[in-house]
Amino acid sequence: MHGFANPKRFLSLAQWLTPLLLASGLIVTAVALFWGVTSVPPDRLMGETVRILFIHVPTAWLGMGGWSAIAISSLVFLVWRHPLAAIAARAAAVPGLVFTIICLATGSIWGRPTWGTWWVWDGRLTSMLVLAFLYLAYIALAQAAEREGVSARIPAIFGLLGAVNIPIINRSVVWWNSLHQPPSITMGKSAIDAVFLQPLLLAVLGFSLIFGGVVLARMRALLADIQAEARLRRRALEAD
Amino acid sequence: MKAKHQRLILIVLALIALIGAGLLASYALRNQASYFYLPEQMAENPPEPGQAVRLGGMVEPGSLEKQADGITVTFAVTGRENSRIPVRFAGILPDLFVEGSGVVAEGRLDAGGTFVADNLLAKHDENYVPRELEGMSEHQAAEMAKETTVGLE
Repeated sequence: MHGFANPKRFLSLAQWLTPLLLASGLIVTAVALFWGVTSVPPDRLMGETVRILFIHVPTAWLGMGGWSAIAISSLVFLVWRHPLAAIAARAAAVPGLVFTIICLATGSIWGRPTWGTWWVWDGRLTSMLVLAFLYLAYIALAQAAEREGVSARIPAIFGLLGAVNIPIINRSVVWWNSLHQPPSITMGKSAIDAVFLQPLLLAVLGFSLIFGGVVLARMRALLADIQAEARLRRRALEAD
Repeated sequence: MKAKHQRLILIVLALIALIGAGLLASYALRNQASYFYLPEQMAENPPEPGQAVRLGGMVEPGSLEKQADGITVTFAVTGRENSRIPVRFAGILPDLFVEGSGVVAEGRLDAGGTFVADNLLAKHDENYVPRELEGMSEHQAAEMAKETTVGLE
């Protein structure tokens, strides 16, 4: 594992892994969504709106998965001081935010015909909105730290602090009476009929591949940025 | 002890303390953070008549009645235990409002113990079942699913 912490070795690996993940993710997601939209029967109560499940659930999981990635990378950065870990954490923030926003938007669109309201302040919806704000704050903090030359340890500590919200989102529908339904998929059991579950799991795989590809692409871009900056600085010194 | 081991122990201890604090706060908030009261919670600790609260639970099967004026409905909400609260609502019912399904009513208790709702929200449960499989036995449903998915693989 330590071998890939070397930026050079990481870059040569990421160079071919990035397009592979992105292309396979797009294909798998397209197949899963086409399957979900065209070949799945309507739900007994929700009817056609059940199809939003195939976007809502994968984006919700990856919205939380993105922050888990930030927290783990931040821990690795704080303890072992690998610079690549700080870059990985920064790279996961924007896709995590985008997926969280898609999750909130699709949930709201589903909520109007199903519950009869666009939004309620129950435990699950509120904690998910807090996650979106945490992402915004993290992105602002990481950018400010880089621009002002402050230690990358500050966004890393924030990334670890924000991880407290992840178990709260997960347990919110169990601890508190909420309008959002309790978890359908728990350890080895599913209350979702196989007709819906199969395209759903395929969509989760497809979205995860896209997420991985975007994170790698952003890590490469951040590394290239750092290199270009260092080269410019060296040139400026030589010119003096 | 190496510096990185010290950092690891320090961070892990800080995280444990933080998560413990988060769990304690969530536990302390469990009543305030709930979106609605179950009928048994409302029966045990009744709010003042006229105070705005939310009541949530199952619409008792067989209890839904339309009143003579055409827009008022009455039904009973049941909770996990043997408790029920009668509800009165005048207005448009959500599409997913059916007997035996979940509901959240926004409104207040009147002096007679009836919950007068201003607004109803349908609560969906965690089960996702295709329309044609509802009410079939497991075996029938499996057969049906096989038939409907022919040609998809």
